[in-house]
Amino acid sequence: MHELATSLTLAGDLIAAADGRLAAIVWLSLKVSLTATLIACLIGMPLGALLAVGRFTGRRVLIVLTNGLMGLPPVVVGLLVYLLLSRAGPLGQCGLLFSPTAMVIAQTILIVPIVAALARQVVADAWTEYREQLRSLGASRTRAAMTLLWDGRFSLTTAGLAGFGRAVAEVGAVMIVGGNIDGVTRVMTTTIALETSKGDLPLALALGAILIAVVLALNTAAFLLRQWAERRWG
Amino acid sequence: MWLELSDLGLTENGVCIVADVTLKVGAGRTAILGPNGAGKSTLLRLMHGLLKPSSGSLQWPQDLSQGMVFQRPAMLRTTALANVEYGLKLRGVTGAERQQRAMDALRRVGLPELAGRPARRLSGGEQQRVALARAWALEPQLLFLDEPTASLDPASGREVERIIHEIAEAGARIVMTTHNLGQARRIAEEVILMDGGRVLEQTPADEFFRQPRTEAARCFLREEMP
Ligand SMILES: Nc1ncnc2c1ncn2[C@@H]1O[C@H](COP(=O)(O)OP(=O)(O)OP(=O)(O)O)[C@@H](O)[C@H]1O
Ligand SMILES: [Mg+2]
Repeated sequence: MHELATSLTLAGDLIAAADGRLAAIVWLSLKVSLTATLIACLIGMPLGALLAVGRFTGRRVLIVLTNGLMGLPPVVVGLLVYLLLSRAGPLGQCGLLFSPTAMVIAQTILIVPIVAALARQVVADAWTEYREQLRSLGASRTRAAMTLLWDGRFSLTTAGLAGFGRAVAEVGAVMIVGGNIDGVTRVMTTTIALETSKGDLPLALALGAILIAVVLALNTAAFLLRQWAERRWG
Repeated sequence: MWLELSDLGLTENGVCIVADVTLKVGAGRTAILGPNGAGKSTLLRLMHGLLKPSSGSLQWPQDLSQGMVFQRPAMLRTTALANVEYGLKLRGVTGAERQQRAMDALRRVGLPELAGRPARRLSGGEQQRVALARAWALEPQLLFLDEPTASLDPASGREVERIIHEIAEAGARIVMTTHNLGQARRIAEEVILMDGGRVLEQTPADEFFRQPRTEAARCFLREEMP
């Protein structure tokens, strides 16, 4: 009990002092996961929208696949990306292994299915409401998909956030492809895992607190945005 | 005549929704009447091409550009003006011309001052008029209207009727469903009476209301008349 209290105090001191090492780790974490989320949204949202309104062969298979891959284990994604990027792998020439870029790739792969599946749900719901209207006005299916993405822009923040939450919180994939190199690829989750095993609880706790705070803050912001949008646009 | 339906039928999950509809539609303004569940909306959707008939066929002697205003208009989460512009955008109209034409359409339905308002936040009657403007802006040669005044108060209803008259005067053919017999009388040149997915009677409007040809129509008029 006493140890926990001391650790918590020290953790508070670390955050209050805006410790340089801490800041660098938080910054890298956010940079990697936000980049991955952005890329995943650019791929996953149009994909989800087309899965919702499109009519092409393989559509149902893709829907089942994206839904199924939502639960992709991070370590497996890490392993696959590792194999891809390792020196003997197909993309070994690029020398990306153990770099932040490798971590972005792994997290993007991890969360594209989440973003796509949630976006598909949002757009599919809108499609039942707008389908006849859009067809009557002469919108092609691709056009309708893009229109509904724009129309659902506020609801879709949920999909983006779910992706970000998953990316920023996972350990397995970034650990494997990043290598947890101090000052280069060490992010919040991998640091927490490492420092806890070494017994440096204050740093781990400080990072844990920041991680939770970041996720909460983003979700709160998105919630307020959606509420405002509901009032403004209906 | 600009549309001919031959033996048109629609069966959904084994349920017959529209059956044996054989019609020649040639009037400028046609009203489809009938009790709830008669198949009026379904027939409009079949004519507009939103549903594919499971039997029979539609013949269009000439190619008419079409529009439709639905009973519950679906508004996009943007301004009223942008909703009207959307259809024009799909037709490749751009920039100032698009905004001009959309604004003109809003003016014609009497809502220029609501152009910048979020469309989904407008009242039911206002949304219905924005939907009319959206369809009208595309200058269709044929406009389908599904119960255009169903949930509107009398004043909004009259306003919508005035707009429908103007659209018709501008040269568009009108096919509408309605439960308002007064409205059918004021607007339609020809009446199509439906029940149970079938067409019971197709008669010029003045004749339909004076002395309908079928017993079913007499029954219908007696029940619907206040
Ligand atoms: N997809 C469908 N599957 C099964 N039944 C349907 C389907 N679409 C419509 N129906 C049924 O077909 C009948 C005709 O429906 P429709 O909406 O055309 O009636 P309507 O004449 O427009 O009625 P209202 O005056 O209430 O608008 C109804 O009984 C309806 O329940
Ligand atoms: Mg109907």
